[in-house]
Amino acid sequence: MANDLSVGNLIRSFGDFTAVDNVSFDVPQGSFFSILGPSGCGKTTLLRMIAGFDEPSSGTITIRDQDMRGVPPNKRPVNLVFQHLALFPMMNVADNIAFGLKRRGMKSTEIVRRIEAILERVDLPGYGKKQIRQLSGGQKQRVAIARCLVMEPSVLLLDEPLGALDLKLREQMKVELKKLQAKVGTTFIYITHDQSEALVMSDHIAVMNEGRFEQVGSPRELYSEPQTPFVARFVGDNNVWSGEVVESGERLTVRTGEELLFTTRSHKSYAKGSRVDLFLRPEALRIEPTDTNDLNTFEVDVKTILFDGANSRLLTVMPGGHELLVSLPQNRQFDHIRPGDRILLGWHPDAGLCFKV
Amino acid sequence: MKSGFRLSFWLFLAPVLLWLFLLIVLPHIDLLLLSFRGENDMGDLVWTIDNYKNFFIEPIYWYTFVRTALYAIVTTLCTFVLALPVSFYIVKLARPRTRGFLTVLLLLPFWVSELVRVYGWMILLRESGVLNYFLLKTGLVQQPVEMLYNDVTMIMGLVYTSMLFMVVPLISAMESLDDSLIEAASDLEASRFTILRTIIIPHCKPGITSGAIVVFMLALGNYLTPNLMGGKNSLWFTEQIYNQFIASFNWNQGAAFGFLLLVLSSCIIWVGLKLSRHRLGEVAA
Amino acid sequence: MKKITLLTAACCFFMATAVQAETLKILTWKGYAPQVLIEKFEKDTGIKVEATYSNNEEMIAKLRATRGAGFDLAQPSQDRISSVQEKYKIYQPVDYGKIDAKLFIPSMLDAVKANTKVGGNSYAVPFCWGTSGLIVNSDKAAEADDWNALLDPQYKGRISYRLKRPTLIAMGYALGYDPFALYSDAKGYKEMLDKVAEEMIRTKPLVKNYWANGDALLESMRSGEVFVAMAWDNGGWKLHDENKAIDFKAPEKGALGWIDTFAIPAKAKNVDAAYKWINFMMAPENAAYFTSQEKVPTASLGANAHVSAEVRANFDRSFPKETIDNIKWYPPVPAKLEIMEGKILDKIKAAK
Ligand SMILES: Nc1ncnc2c1ncn2[C@@H]1O[C@H](COP(=O)(O)OP(=O)(O)OP(=O)(O)O)[C@@H](O)[C@H]1O
Ligand SMILES: [Mg+2]
Repeated sequence: MANDLSVGNLIRSFGDFTAVDNVSFDVPQGSFFSILGPSGCGKTTLLRMIAGFDEPSSGTITIRDQDMRGVPPNKRPVNLVFQHLALFPMMNVADNIAFGLKRRGMKSTEIVRRIEAILERVDLPGYGKKQIRQLSGGQKQRVAIARCLVMEPSVLLLDEPLGALDLKLREQMKVELKKLQAKVGTTFIYITHDQSEALVMSDHIAVMNEGRFEQVGSPRELYSEPQTPFVARFVGDNNVWSGEVVESGERLTVRTGEELLFTTRSHKSYAKGSRVDLFLRPEALRIEPTDTNDLNTFEVDVKTILFDGANSRLLTVMPGGHELLVSLPQNRQFDHIRPGDRILLGWHPDAGLCFKV
Repeated sequence: MKSGFRLSFWLFLAPVLLWLFLLIVLPHIDLLLLSFRGENDMGDLVWTIDNYKNFFIEPIYWYTFVRTALYAIVTTLCTFVLALPVSFYIVKLARPRTRGFLTVLLLLPFWVSELVRVYGWMILLRESGVLNYFLLKTGLVQQPVEMLYNDVTMIMGLVYTSMLFMVVPLISAMESLDDSLIEAASDLEASRFTILRTIIIPHCKPGITSGAIVVFMLALGNYLTPNLMGGKNSLWFTEQIYNQFIASFNWNQGAAFGFLLLVLSSCIIWVGLKLSRHRLGEVAA
Repeated sequence: MKKITLLTAACCFFMATAVQAETLKILTWKGYAPQVLIEKFEKDTGIKVEATYSNNEEMIAKLRATRGAGFDLAQPSQDRISSVQEKYKIYQPVDYGKIDAKLFIPSMLDAVKANTKVGGNSYAVPFCWGTSGLIVNSDKAAEADDWNALLDPQYKGRISYRLKRPTLIAMGYALGYDPFALYSDAKGYKEMLDKVAEEMIRTKPLVKNYWANGDALLESMRSGEVFVAMAWDNGGWKLHDENKAIDFKAPEKGALGWIDTFAIPAKAKNVDAAYKWINFMMAPENAAYFTSQEKVPTASLGANAHVSAEVRANFDRSFPKETIDNIKWYPPVPAKLEIMEGKILDKIKAAK
């Protein structure tokens, strides 16, 4: 499959500060590609370079095999949905969407037809005559996307377009965006600092930190096989112990601060005595396991129950005061657990992952 | 409850009305009465509308008015065309330090009186002036050129005097323009000119309107610049009013001209507003 | 309590002294109240002098707006008094008993009395006099010696004059009329004005500009931008001091002679001070100082002896006996003429 976008060794510095630091990646045609990272890590800067509003200090950007160096934004086959949408307040919905088509000198009958079609697509049929200020947040959102999609870009860039929406709407739009992308088949490059957004929607995710890409992969890979401690911390929830390697080999044995010995795995083998962080997903912890063979086990006190429907958890404390999140299975088998109860936890050595600090 | 609201409403309104009446209406009443008085053939003062009739009967009067109004419109347009890039540069492109400096630079001419400003231009442009000196020195011209006393120079002088009054409202209008709108337009394949036409100008419309009204009125009401820089061909309507009052001792005629200027210029602004709303509406469509 | 009374007393005292310091408000032409003489007068009399500079038209307009209040003394030209007084009553009769008649050239005092007579009273005494004529740069325009020079195509672009009523009169002479004789004949005067307007519009391309400010005109003559101008004699003499090629020339048809006067506005507050100022200014040494400064002769009888030699030389050079005899003195302007002239002036200015 061909790549719609290729970025090679891209660097952007502002004076001494490097906002985007030697980033390379490829986005296959028709995929939903997310760039996930904390605020200020350089996501917008990267996107603006792709859209042509900013010049890279060095590196290449290739869109559909065309080098984009020196190509102004209005000549690039990409469109950008802005962080704050940037709809034109002096025009109504139809005029906003028609704006780009008119610049191409399209016939007005054709423009009208396309506006209707695209409004249909984003589920806003008949909204053409509305003024921008009359729209709700989610509707504005969809108009902004429609305005770009109608241009039939090779790549659609979206800069945290859900950032301004309330939680409920955000959940809803996540799904809708994914569906929309599947429907139109345009390549989406989606920026977000919300890992759940990225996990839900994307085919591929790049995790970005301090200007660098930490890891690129499918949501599942990122979740189950984080390659760096940053990714392990940032993507999904994780329990963390810091400890020391007491036995190295195919499996590692780690002694935690509480003097517990855990057997676990790591991507690389670390020498005896190295300081490591041990990451463990809440759902990897089994409550009162019947068969404790091969499992690491220990006892904890239940502090509170974090009820969240299907996503409910226990907040527990180890004797030393270390807090752990434990997922509750959905079969209501542990409804009897109350705060203050002492329970046994166990986990399989393959579920944990160690990184040297 | 309701009457209480009405009372406080009137209480607040009263000073405003009083102020309007004392400072704006009252001084004009005398003038208005004056404009309807005139001497009959016997030399007695009587009520008459002759002063207004004269304006329409005597070609030079309305000719002068039309000319003045047209030139004021041209001045407004020129000022707008010049002020737009200047304010855009100040707001969007200049760095904060340069910005302050540029604003001060724009204000600078207004620290001296208009008379001094006009004489400054005259020293620069006259036949034995600074500019001609350099043109002769560099051999660009063989004979000194008279750059004063023509309409182009006069308009330039008026534009110079009016610049600030257009730039300031434009700056404040442009400050509220989100950069991302410009970028979004550019992203949607708009050229610079299209961005100017479809995004910047419609956004700045309130600023443009207020700036244009101020500049138009200032140009129309100017006396010194057209008189001194325009020279022998430029009878400005205000000069005609002055002449009626001062040279001809015909205060009644002068007062009538004054009111005609007020009414006609208000009409022009009204028409201008109607036209521009229509046109700007089309642009946005 | 005591403090407050003291304070009030002090305030009253200051206010009283402030009121006591008399002021004399003069509405006059630039240069007619030289600073040196103001200081001398203030020292002699203790009266503070405030001078406002203006010209004939604005003087009349100002006094008309206040119906003769706001000033204690005005200095209009003698020909612009009687008709204005008749219509707007902005002056009060001069009490000639308070004027020191010995200080005046008798013929001039009599002429002004006669020319400003309205209903049995006279309204002005003469102060100074001069003429309008040509200022010529003889290096560039040696032949210019009459009003026609202002219409001469060979000085294209080098001619300058004011767009005011004296120019209309001068042009009338240039075209062979006798404007002052036509003053009493409104129809004939109108005909002359129409002809003058036609001619002035036709020759508009010859004119560099219509000057409005005396200093600006002198600068244009000095820099060689203008060769021939209609202006006052003293301006020409000022330039002659710097450049011998430039000088005032009385036109062959006769320079236009004016007399500026002292007149007392109807609602003057400090009439006594006004008379004091008149007598002070006409004292020979003071009048002579003014003449030496401004190169404008006065109606003061003994002043000539005190005037500096160069200033007298100017006068002798420009005004031999027959030229003086040929001066056309402005007679009083009849009412209505000004409206007619105003229209014509607008028409000339508006024409392309
Ligand atoms: N024009 C600039 N000059 C200097 N520094 C800049 C400039 N633009 C961005 N930066 C810096 O680059 C870094 C990355 O900025 P960027 O806007 O790309 O962050 P982001 O990842 O989009 O953050 P957010 O999620 O908050 O939008 C920030 O530290 C910012 O301060
Ligand atoms: Mg951002």
